Amino acid sequence: MDVLMRALCWTAMALALIPLLSLLYLVVSKGLHRFDLDFFIHLPRPVGVPGGGMANAIVGTLTLVLIASLVGMPIGVAAGLYLSEYGESRFAGTVRFWADVLSGVPSIVTGIFAYEIIVKPMHGFSALAGGFALGTMMVPIIARITEEVVRLVPTSLREAALALGIPRWKSILYVVLRTAISGVATGLLLAATRVASETAPLLFTSFNNQYWARGPLQPTASMTVQIFTYAISPYDDWRDMAWTGALVLLLIVLLVSLASRMTLTKNRATNL
Amino acid sequence: MESTQSTSAAALQAGPGGPPPGPAHSRQGTGDRIFKLALTAAAALVPLLAAGMLLMLFTSSFAVLGKTGLFFFIRQEWDPVREEFGALAFAYGTLVTSAIALLVAGPAGVGIALAITEFSPPKAREWAAWMVETLAAVPSVIFGLWGMFVMAPFLHTWVEPVLEKFPGRPFFVGPGTGLCLFTSGLVVAIMILPTVMAVCREVFNAVPISLRESALALGSTRWEAVRLAVLAPSMPGIIGALILGMGRALGETMAVTMVIGNRPEISANLLGASDSLASAIANQFTEATSDMHLSALAALGFLLFGITMVLNIIARLLVWAVARRMQSVGGR
Repeated sequence: MDVLMRALCWTAMALALIPLLSLLYLVVSKGLHRFDLDFFIHLPRPVGVPGGGMANAIVGTLTLVLIASLVGMPIGVAAGLYLSEYGESRFAGTVRFWADVLSGVPSIVTGIFAYEIIVKPMHGFSALAGGFALGTMMVPIIARITEEVVRLVPTSLREAALALGIPRWKSILYVVLRTAISGVATGLLLAATRVASETAPLLFTSFNNQYWARGPLQPTASMTVQIFTYAISPYDDWRDMAWTGALVLLLIVLLVSLASRMTLTKNRATNL
Repeated sequence: MESTQSTSAAALQAGPGGPPPGPAHSRQGTGDRIFKLALTAAAALVPLLAAGMLLMLFTSSFAVLGKTGLFFFIRQEWDPVREEFGALAFAYGTLVTSAIALLVAGPAGVGIALAITEFSPPKAREWAAWMVETLAAVPSVIFGLWGMFVMAPFLHTWVEPVLEKFPGRPFFVGPGTGLCLFTSGLVVAIMILPTVMAVCREVFNAVPISLRESALALGSTRWEAVRLAVLAPSMPGIIGALILGMGRALGETMAVTMVIGNRPEISANLLGASDSLASAIANQFTEATSDMHLSALAALGFLLFGITMVLNIIARLLVWAVARRMQSVGGR
């Protein structure tokens, strides 16, 4: 029994690794096919015309993440600071609870929310609407990570600052936040990559665009929506582009995940 | 809201030789008060955002709910041309997909979490944890791409013919296209595996080592010790992990949209095409021309939000309950 159950656990592990490895292998092998300079500097070409790239989608994703960050980061960090520095009250419990609920909300629902609040009144799809949708998704993620890393700052540091007669707000901003800044920055980066890999909330907010968007109030291409569009198309060269898009996106996500893991572990080690 | 002072400030006030501790607010400067107000406002936005979403979804689905009433949720018909809408077929697809996903990912997730926390050396634990987090970070559209071009053809050629022979009718009737409930269930299973695994790992780690040691000291084998001292006390937490996984499965949009076949149909055949709440919204929202159609899609979103919210609340409560119980047992 002992051996059997342990074998079962390890089998489960092995079985879970097969799809992961298959996915990584195929994204790399199929993606490399079109992984060239053209992909990064050209606009999409019509079916049958060789070449073309996803330059507008890459810039579009960056625009969307920038707008999302402007919306989500200040609110998220401030909420996280509140939770860690004044987080004893019942109100803080409520905030934590709803932050958890919000991060469990299906992302497509956030898309409907942004559609009703921005697309409908402004009569058009725009990067602004897509960025807003992504930004609302960032708030709970950032708030919880910020709370976690700022809490790690030793109380003695806060006490030392207060003992010097510095007002509480200055001590929080310049001593506590300053100490935890690399952890907070990691959280921001993680949240940014998380929303950069979202597709569902963008489908009917930023929509898609085969050309350069002229400003944030235009429909804007994004890598994820472009991958989706190409993947469900019946053309082989578009499908190839989808795999290359997936490869680029995956590379970014993996790099950030690796880097953030390293900083977070280092932070925990030095602060505890 | 009650005014709060963190322990550090309170400790300062109580310090010997300091000024007599006055009422808390009199010691706060204007800057402090403004700063705290700003942080509180930002924090208050979080519950407000959730409430705003709920309210907005509710008002948007008003048109269709006013027309069909609550029957909307139990009607199967979905005809945008005649403006007849019902959510049942989509809810069916969502539930079946999630159920398959949970049946596969549940035991697998618990098993892998056990393999990581109980049966492997600490160094390997770190790496396994990182692998899991990485799997969780893969964008859902990439899972969809892989599911569409790799998983679906694979299942179609190798697995489905076998399933048609055994167990066969009524659940596996072929020939299908590979784009079906079964495939989407398996793809979603892979996607929720990290969630189930990560939460289980957290729960198992919360079990005090002393419990395991006592079981071993009483002469149990390693598996018996795990079953008695780890699995049994963390049961509510495991259920919480499964519910959290379920929540993710229900809301999964892109991967499901790409492999489910997108045909709203209620049939016991798992090899047939179907559709889900989230996929319907993803596919039809930009194409919807009438206000009633949009309203019906918003109502699907409302349903989805409602289900996932309730599931999340239950799961959080369960996980908290375990953590609290472990603390009273004497956490490490």
